[in-house]
Amino acid sequence: MAVITSVALLITEQRGQQLDFLRATLSFFIEPLRHLVDLPTVLIEQTTESINSYVELKNENGRLRDEQLIHQTRLLKLEALEKENIRLRALLENSFKLGEQVLIAELLAINMAPYEHILVVNKGTRFGVHPQQPVLDANGVVGQVFRALPLSSEIMLITDPNHAIPVQVNRNGLLTIAVGSGQPNRLILPFLPSNADIHPGDLLITSGLGGTFPQGYPVAIVDEFTSQPNKAFASITATPTAKLDRNRELMIVWSNSAPVPLIAKPQAPETAVTEENAHQ
Amino acid sequence: MPINNYYGFGRIIFSLACAMCLRIAPWPYDLASFNPDWVLMVLIYWSITFPERVGIFHAWTFGLLTDVLTGRLLGQYALAYSLVIYICLKLHKRLRRFPLLQQELFIFCCLLLSQLLLFLIKNLQHPAQLHGTFWWPVITGTLCWPVVYTLLRFVRLSKPVK
Repeated sequence: MAVITSVALLITEQRGQQLDFLRATLSFFIEPLRHLVDLPTVLIEQTTESINSYVELKNENGRLRDEQLIHQTRLLKLEALEKENIRLRALLENSFKLGEQVLIAELLAINMAPYEHILVVNKGTRFGVHPQQPVLDANGVVGQVFRALPLSSEIMLITDPNHAIPVQVNRNGLLTIAVGSGQPNRLILPFLPSNADIHPGDLLITSGLGGTFPQGYPVAIVDEFTSQPNKAFASITATPTAKLDRNRELMIVWSNSAPVPLIAKPQAPETAVTEENAHQ
Repeated sequence: MPINNYYGFGRIIFSLACAMCLRIAPWPYDLASFNPDWVLMVLIYWSITFPERVGIFHAWTFGLLTDVLTGRLLGQYALAYSLVIYICLKLHKRLRRFPLLQQELFIFCCLLLSQLLLFLIKNLQHPAQLHGTFWWPVITGTLCWPVVYTLLRFVRLSKPVK
C-alpha cells in the first residue's frame, strides 16, 4: 500500500507541478525544524555582535563610511553613463532592459544534501519569490531559486553540478557556458576550444542569454587555462566572485523580463520590499 | 506493553523530530557527506521496540516529511523508509534478542537497502554521476547505531512507559 502510494507520488511529481500544494502544506510542519536548527548560528552571531568592543565598532563604522563615500561617487557617474547608454541604444534601435528590484533574504544555516549545493533562505512565495529567479550577493551571482515554498525557498548555487550559467568574457564579449563543478568555489568552462581568447584573470559576467539571469553581473574570475592538444576543448576553471560559503544575506532579484525601448519607470512587485538597484 | 499511551508516543515523535534536526544540521563541508540517516535509524529502533505503535504508516509519513525537509522528489524517502520498516516489523522478535554486533550487521543491510533505493530513484530521474561519498552514510550510520540504541533505550526507560 505504502509502496504503491510512494511510487505514484514519485511519478506524479516527476511529470509536473500538481504536487506543489502538498509540498507547501507539508512544509509548514518542517519550517519550525529548519528555524530550530538555524537558531544556534543566529544566537552566536548576536552574542558576538553584542560583545564587540566600542573601538572595533567605531573602526568598522569609519571604514564603512569611507566605502559608502566611494560608492556614492561611483554611482553619480553610473547614472549618467546609464542614461547615455540608453540614448545610444535608442539611436541604434536596440532595446534595453532596465530596472531590477531586489529582496534581501537571509540564509538558514542548514544542510540539505551533501553532494548538492542547495541553500535555504527565509523568504518564500509569501514575499512573491518564484522559481528561476536569480540570486546575487554583493560580489556577484550566487545562483537561482530552485523551489519556492510558502515560508522559505531553496536556492541552487552556480557551483552545483546540475547548474549551468550562460556567461561572457568581460574583456572581449566571448560567449560560453559555465558549469558547476560540485566543489565549492570552482566553476568549469567545458565548451571553449584551445585557441579561445581567454586568459587567467579574465572576469566572466552574465550574458543575459537564456533569460534567467539579467545581463552584466560578475560571475567568476578565470584561474586556469590548460589547452589539451589531443582534445576538442580546453580545460578552463574559474572561481566565483560571490562569497558562496560565507554570506548570510543574499539578494533575490526581479528583473523586468519585457525589454523597454526607452527610459521607463520600473515596476515594483507589490509584495516585495524593494530597492532600486543601480548596477545596470 | 499496552498500546494506548500518549506520553510514550510523544517521546517517539520528539526523538524523530530531533533526528530530523540532526539530518539538516550544518556540518562543515567535508563532514557533511558522512552525515548518516538519523531518521531511519530512529524509526528502526522504535519499530523494533514498539512494533504495535510504530508501523509502516509512520515510516511513510516521516519519509514524506524528510522528502520535503531535504528537498527531494516527494515519495523517495517515503518508499525507502516504508520498505525498510516493513522488514524490521517482520523480524522484530528476532532482532530484539540479537547481540549488538549482529544488530549492527542488520542495520548495515537496512541502511544499504534504503540508500540503494534512493540511488535507483535518483538514477531514473536523471542519470547523474555520484561520488563515492554517496555510500558513506551507510557506514557511518552503522558505526553510530550503538549510540542511537543506547540513547533511545535511555529515553525509553528514563520514565517507564506503562
